Amino acid sequence: MKANLQDLKDYRSPIESSARRSNKWKRMRRDIVQHWQLYPIVALPVAFLVVFSFFPIVGDQVAFRNYDPVLGMWKSPWVGLQQFYDLFSGPYFWLLIRNTVTLSLYYIVVSIPAQVILAIAINEVRHRWFKKFVQTITYAPYFISVVVLVGMMEILLAPSIGPLASIFHSLGHSSAPDLLGSSSWFPSIYVWSGIWQETGYGAVIYLAALAGVNPELYEAAKMDGATRLQKIWNIDLPSLKPTITILLILSIGGLLTVGFEKVYLLQNALNLNSSQIISTYVFEIGILDGNISFAAAVGLFQSLIAMIMVLGVNFAAGRFSDTTLF
Amino acid sequence: MIAARKSATIRESGSDRIFGMVLYIFLGLVAVVVLYPLVYILSSSFSSGSAVAAGDVWLWPVHLSLVGYVGVFKYNAVWTGFVNSIIYTVGGSVLSVMMTIAFAYALSRKAMVGRRVLIIAVLVGLLFQGGLIPTFLVVKGLGLLNTRWAIILPTALNVFAIIVAKTFLQMTIPDELYQAAQIDGCGDFRFLTSIVLPLAKPIIAVLVLWAAVYDWNSYLPALIYLNSQALYPLSLELREILVLGQVSFSSMGNLTTAQIAEMTSMETVLPYALIVISVVPILLLYPFVQKYFVSGIFLGSVKE
Repeated sequence: MKANLQDLKDYRSPIESSARRSNKWKRMRRDIVQHWQLYPIVALPVAFLVVFSFFPIVGDQVAFRNYDPVLGMWKSPWVGLQQFYDLFSGPYFWLLIRNTVTLSLYYIVVSIPAQVILAIAINEVRHRWFKKFVQTITYAPYFISVVVLVGMMEILLAPSIGPLASIFHSLGHSSAPDLLGSSSWFPSIYVWSGIWQETGYGAVIYLAALAGVNPELYEAAKMDGATRLQKIWNIDLPSLKPTITILLILSIGGLLTVGFEKVYLLQNALNLNSSQIISTYVFEIGILDGNISFAAAVGLFQSLIAMIMVLGVNFAAGRFSDTTLF
Repeated sequence: MIAARKSATIRESGSDRIFGMVLYIFLGLVAVVVLYPLVYILSSSFSSGSAVAAGDVWLWPVHLSLVGYVGVFKYNAVWTGFVNSIIYTVGGSVLSVMMTIAFAYALSRKAMVGRRVLIIAVLVGLLFQGGLIPTFLVVKGLGLLNTRWAIILPTALNVFAIIVAKTFLQMTIPDELYQAAQIDGCGDFRFLTSIVLPLAKPIIAVLVLWAAVYDWNSYLPALIYLNSQALYPLSLELREILVLGQVSFSSMGNLTTAQIAEMTSMETVLPYALIVISVVPILLLYPFVQKYFVSGIFLGSVKE
């Protein structure tokens, strides 16, 4: 309706509208001439966007071919959806999906409560120095690289010497279980090392939300004789709800995109059954085995699902609150 | 303020006092759990190889020794990696931040013809990544395999950072400022360098931090694109030593038994010293950059 009225208002005689159009062109030309310097400024980044973002997108067509290094990505024989059939009917497909989703879900389920609890606990501390101390300590591991993190885990969790082994020795065992070489332990190892590293960092956003709570609410609660636990339950948690909802929805969008680097470092022949995820599989099949087209198909499948999930989640976020990604 | 505090503590009920105690014990335990692995590694790095191998170290250094650090200093591959990492980090972050600010500036200008098309292009790049294999083929096609450029160029443009920077510029630099400068005859080059850059310092700090931490820590590009060890960044060397357990002093000739014993001790403690050496610079820097990292988290969650 509104648009129709706009159309009527905009309707003028053909001569007038062509004059307006030529005005628009004139303005555009004037902008270009006056601000010509903008185009050299933007040239290099645009070139990078084209070469390193768009060329690979176009290059995804190799997933529909049977890549031959001699013929190259444009001349190799076209096989249509064959690679995708092979992927969906292959023995690994459901294992990859299961492992990837397990790691994501496990991490979401543990990390969000951990971050919320830490934020509330820090927020409750009355002594400023202790607050700052705990925050600084819990925040620090975030800066350690994954390579060093995994190196530390190899040392700490080694079955024959190290802290874990010492505990088992003192309990009368000759050695500790090999946690890093076990399929059943792998998800827990992955998730809890992430909790150690990232909880302090993740708590920052909840701390900010808590800092924004209206102090009058606490005053009113004190008047009513509420205990500190009651204040947390009835004031803090409800005020964190929007933040929790948004972060939860956003992390669901990344369910199939588990990062390569940490998983690949922790991966070995003994835990492969639960540590082979989509991104490590693409690397192994494509880069190490040279099966380029099949690996590209696996990667393209993951990118498509990720895009659909991010868009869907963005839609959901729009319905739950006013905050969306785009 | 003080009076209000006092009345709060006086009125504190029994259950609240128990809560306060539980809270401090809980957070104390959290601090211990976070710190202990770091303290254990630090103490082990200053212990002798035999003490570490026997499992004698649990809190303090045993048989104080610097043999691990001597080992790191003698380990040439580590220093090559260190130098390479500095090259990749400095080169990568400078290029990345320059392009991000330039692109974000142009996208924030209404006078930029084709601005909407470019914004959509950036959003497409954010939403859909070509993936590892096609990117590898592009890098290979450009003849960059096994060169330093392969580490610096492909990850230099970060579409997410562009969107964050563009939002920041739009919020902090009002249109009136552009117009005023334009009337004074200030072109876009000068406006960008002498007005936008000083005003954009907070976002530049965040962008440098993001790019530098990523370039310093990541090892995937090196794993994919590099063959020759002379080009390896520190992260990839650390992977060989810490994760794959490949410690070898290649330049050693004929050795006496005592030297072999010393070497074994060195190889045992070397990983601990290496972890300390690679973590300490970042942890020393961290109080200074913490401020920017926190603001980075919030800039990252700013949406249009």
